[in-house]
Amino acid sequence: MKKPVALKVLDIVTIIALLGATAMVFFYAPIERVMGAVQKVFYFHVAAGWVGMLSFLFAAVAGIIFLVKKKKIWDLVGVAAVEIGIIFIFINIVTGSIWARPIWNTWWTWDPRLTTATIMELVYIAYLMLRQGIDDPERRARFGAVYAIVGFLSVPLTFFSIRIFRTIHPVVIAGSDPTAVGTFDMTPAMFQTLMVGIVVFSILFVDLVWHRIRLGQLANQVEEMKFNLQD
Amino acid sequence: MNTTLNTVNYFIAGYVVIFGSIIGYVISLYVRWKNLKQEEEIITDSTDQN
Repeated sequence: MKKPVALKVLDIVTIIALLGATAMVFFYAPIERVMGAVQKVFYFHVAAGWVGMLSFLFAAVAGIIFLVKKKKIWDLVGVAAVEIGIIFIFINIVTGSIWARPIWNTWWTWDPRLTTATIMELVYIAYLMLRQGIDDPERRARFGAVYAIVGFLSVPLTFFSIRIFRTIHPVVIAGSDPTAVGTFDMTPAMFQTLMVGIVVFSILFVDLVWHRIRLGQLANQVEEMKFNLQD
Repeated sequence: MNTTLNTVNYFIAGYVVIFGSIIGYVISLYVRWKNLKQEEEIITDSTDQN
C-alpha cells in the first residue's frame, strides 16, 4: 500500500501550518493582562474541543452512511474519527484543567461543561472498548454505526451546556454569563490567532483521519490474508 | 488595580500536553502500521513457501 502523493503533501502542509499557528500563539497574540501567559492555552484548547466534536459528528455521519450503503470503508471512517476525537477531547479537558488551576484555584470542579465533556469522552472510550469485544466484523461495524449515531447526543449537550446551565466556564464568543470566571475581551490579534488555530487543527484532523483510515485498510487486508491462510 | 499573574509554568504544561498527545498519537499510528506491515510480510513469505 503506497502512500499517495496528496497525503505526503498534506503531511507537509499540516506540519508547516501547525508551526505557524504555534508561532502566532507564542509571538503574535498578546499576553492577557490579568491571567498572564496561561490564557494562551485557550487558543489550542478551543481548537481541540472543536476538532473533537467535529470528529464525533463525522463518526455519526459515517455511521448513517454505513447503515444505508453497507460499505466497509464507512466503518473505518467511523473508527478513525472516534479515535481522533478521543485524543482531541482529552487535550481539551486536560488543558482546561491546567488553565483552571491558577484562574479558578482548583484543577477540577463538577461544572456542567466539565461534566458533560467528561461524559462525552467516556461515551466514546466505551465505543472503542465495546467494539473490541465483538468478533464478527459485520456485527462489529453495525454496532459501531448505531453507537456512533446514538453517542452523538452527548455532543450538542456538551456544546450547549455553557449556554443552557449556570456555569463558571467562560463563554468567550457571544457570552455574558455573570457567574463565569476567567472571561476576557478578545483583541483582534487574539481573535485571529484563535481562528487560525481552529483552521489548522481542522487540517490536522483531516491528515490524521486519512492516516487512520489507511491503517484500518491495512489491518483488514492482513485479517483477510490470515483468514485465507487458515483455509 | 489588576496585576498580571505569573502563570508561565501552567502555559508550558498546557503546550507539553497538547504536543505530547499529538506526537504520541502519531507515534502510535506509526508503530501499529509497522507491526501490520511485518505481519503482512510474514504471511506473504509463508504463502510463498507453501
